[in-house]
Amino acid sequence: MNLSAEDFQAIALTLQLASVTTVLLLLLATPVAWWLAHTRSAWRAPVASLVALPLVLPPTVLGFYLLVALGPNGPIGQFTQWAGWGTLAFSFWGLVLGSIVYSLPFAVQPLVNAFEAMGPRPMEVAATLRASKWDAFFTVAVPLAKPGFVMAAMLSFAHTVGEFGVVLMIGGNIPDKTRVVSTQIYGHVEAIEYSQAHGLAGVMLVFSFVVLLGLSWFNRRTTCHQKVGA
Amino acid sequence: MKLRLMLAAASTLFFVAAQAREVTVAVAANFTAPMQKIAKAFEQDTGYKAQLAFGATGKFYAQIKNGAPFAVLLAADDETPARLEKEGLAIAGTRFTYATGRLALWSKRPNLVDDKGEVLRSNSFNKLAIADPKLAPYGMAAMEVIHKLGVQANVVPKLVQGESIGQTYQFVSTENAQLGFVALSQISVDGRITQGSAWVVPQHLHAPLKQDAVLLNAGKDNAAANALLKYLQGDTAKAIITSYGYAL
Repeated sequence: MNLSAEDFQAIALTLQLASVTTVLLLLLATPVAWWLAHTRSAWRAPVASLVALPLVLPPTVLGFYLLVALGPNGPIGQFTQWAGWGTLAFSFWGLVLGSIVYSLPFAVQPLVNAFEAMGPRPMEVAATLRASKWDAFFTVAVPLAKPGFVMAAMLSFAHTVGEFGVVLMIGGNIPDKTRVVSTQIYGHVEAIEYSQAHGLAGVMLVFSFVVLLGLSWFNRRTTCHQKVGA
Repeated sequence: MKLRLMLAAASTLFFVAAQAREVTVAVAANFTAPMQKIAKAFEQDTGYKAQLAFGATGKFYAQIKNGAPFAVLLAADDETPARLEKEGLAIAGTRFTYATGRLALWSKRPNLVDDKGEVLRSNSFNKLAIADPKLAPYGMAAMEVIHKLGVQANVVPKLVQGESIGQTYQFVSTENAQLGFVALSQISVDGRITQGSAWVVPQHLHAPLKQDAVLLNAGKDNAAANALLKYLQGDTAKAIITSYGYAL
């Protein structure tokens, strides 16, 4: 396999982007998922639909809106300029923002499922034992929902690694700053450098397969445990 | 049985006839607007119909190699048609330059770009967008200009790349990049630049952006394809092409 220094740069940047995105996404998705799993508000359906939107929207739509919104005249661009950060397009943090939007449903959905599967019982019991809400959340809900967290983290990470359209549209393809694996492969293919494209594409293929295989093993193990526990 | 055979033969004949009245053309994305106009005029003047597909030249190359049924390619460069000819996928001797692209340094802001490109030496812009020099001829030409002007040190840290000249235009028109090297055809309407400020780069600062057309194997015996190639070299087409900021 012939991977160039630039290919390795792209791989390193992609892993970095996926890691940062995953951590931030879990922090953001947990309260959202908790609310979705427990609320009876009329806002539930609209919020759930909004969260799920990136599943069905083409990345070009997300990328286009982001490009306009991040620009100096867009709402996000005006905010970031006001905050003294300049504009975010063509920067690592711009990609992080795009990836968070893009991978949001992959973090929220497994968490909602996990919180719903838990049922109201454990939290009620914790409350009768006088645990505060925060205490109960961290000592009861989080451990019980652990499979959901693992699933959310793995899916967000893998999905961000595989992201293409959004980074292509707002990234600007700057080596070591915004050029990730998927755009690098695209460049190789467009430039008719097929052997280099094969190398990187092979890495992606193996990686994706391993993630899915890991998820499937993990799922089987946890369901077995639950059966034993029940 | 006989009737069915005759029907089959008749429909084949009809299909072949329809094919010859029609030509499927792969058109470089930067030539979209003029080609739509030319196709309309072509249809009115000759009765033939041109079916247009727009996209990146590199992608068309891969598709043609894999058997895409395009009869004519209007490329964004002169290398791809030559390569197709060498590989036996295009008809030898049918290549010609249908347009020459012009490069422009453009900003949405009025007065940011002066008429000599001196702004590239200044610190008064945040980013400079160019098309990926590896993928797009306009990007390669932009790099040549940067080197000729000797402004690499100032400009390279501010470079952002679009994968095509179309995306480069998006970066500048949304003002995420304050400056960008775009195709003159993208910013001129009826031969005039209507928005922001621009420097039309003199052609001696970069290798000519020749865009070549070629007849592909699939179009060999197609009357409409041959008519279109001829039409592209006629006065009506030439007038449309120059009105979009291309040289001939």
